[in-house]
Amino acid sequence: MAQVFRERANLFMRLGLLGLAILPGSLGLLGFSYYRSSAYTGVGRYVEQPVPFSHRHHAGELGIDCRYCHTGVEKAAFADLPPTETCMTCHSQIWTNAAMLAPVRKSLADNRPLRWQRVTSLPDYVYFDHSVHVSNGVGCSSCHGDVAAMPLMAKAEPMTMGWCLDCHRDPAAKLRPEEAIFDMRWQPPADQPAKGRALLAHYGTRAEHLTDCSVCHR
Amino acid sequence: MRRAIILRPAAAVLVASALAGCREDMEVQPKLTAYSSAAAFDQNMAARQPPTGTLDREALEREAALGRPPAPSEALIRRGAERYKIACTPCHGEAGLGDGIVVQRGFPQPPAFTEPRLLAADASHVVDVITHGWGVMYPYENRVAPADRWAIALYVRALQLAQTGKDAADPAPAQAVQR
Repeated sequence: MAQVFRERANLFMRLGLLGLAILPGSLGLLGFSYYRSSAYTGVGRYVEQPVPFSHRHHAGELGIDCRYCHTGVEKAAFADLPPTETCMTCHSQIWTNAAMLAPVRKSLADNRPLRWQRVTSLPDYVYFDHSVHVSNGVGCSSCHGDVAAMPLMAKAEPMTMGWCLDCHRDPAAKLRPEEAIFDMRWQPPADQPAKGRALLAHYGTRAEHLTDCSVCHR
Repeated sequence: MRRAIILRPAAAVLVASALAGCREDMEVQPKLTAYSSAAAFDQNMAARQPPTGTLDREALEREAALGRPPAPSEALIRRGAERYKIACTPCHGEAGLGDGIVVQRGFPQPPAFTEPRLLAADASHVVDVITHGWGVMYPYENRVAPADRWAIALYVRALQLAQTGKDAADPAPAQAVQR
């Protein structure tokens, strides 16, 4: 009786077995890298807005403070989007005929708010509060990136739970002094570990509770 | 055979409910959050305008704070300096000369705080202008809290004293601050 398989079949069999062994691992790796990639997290993706507002121009070149428009950031969970009146405080006098600003003028005339689109958004089961972060040593750019360098607004960080926990597990690595919270170009100094520990004490933060579930979830 | 008749639908129900669990999206819950849209409300906005003729709980306190100048203190000047830098510098400039960056880009120039009319004005005038606006300046009622308006008024007075060259040890400027 003739052989069913030729000798070469041994090789295919071995390769097949090897493939089966590495398949689950490589599928896992593929999934893992996809969920870490900007294709999934949206990092760096610009969001189309009703008016192409430039933070680089307003916050960077003109040096207008974040809190001029985002008035709620020190007091409330939500940082606040400015009402149309805030835009028109200056644009009632300058660039009054700019086509780019037509939606802003229309919004004021019709008393209908502009529909700005969210750039960063957290799931509804996360109870994030801006005020508690900016009044306890976390600066804007730690989460939003160097906004003063962005012509159009893009998400700067993945805002996944793992990313939040990076800081909540080791807050001292990123904490800033009070005067540096709104500084878009702040970088941790060389002696940040020591400074960070002192700042934890300064703000009265009990770091051991920052990873409690109920800190972010209810 | 009979066991299979019971087990198969049971398994199907179990699988179906497990799959339904995957669809239950906790990320987008049926609740209204800041700035979310709400088809049932005016202009499709979850944030609603208070009905005409109603006051919020803090309205009276805010109103009272406007008529109650706080005692000048170093902390209040520091607060005023911080708030001035946020809300006023774009037009009035760091030193209050009316040379802010937005003015450099074509906005009508506001008067310097050292103008005789403003040197003679009460602190309440500054508070009033922040509240109601003045000329081409929009009201800042919704952007600067009443207590902060007094703090800014105090800082404006400090800027005036610094620029008119009066000695800080002179009792007259201290009275001017309180005026």
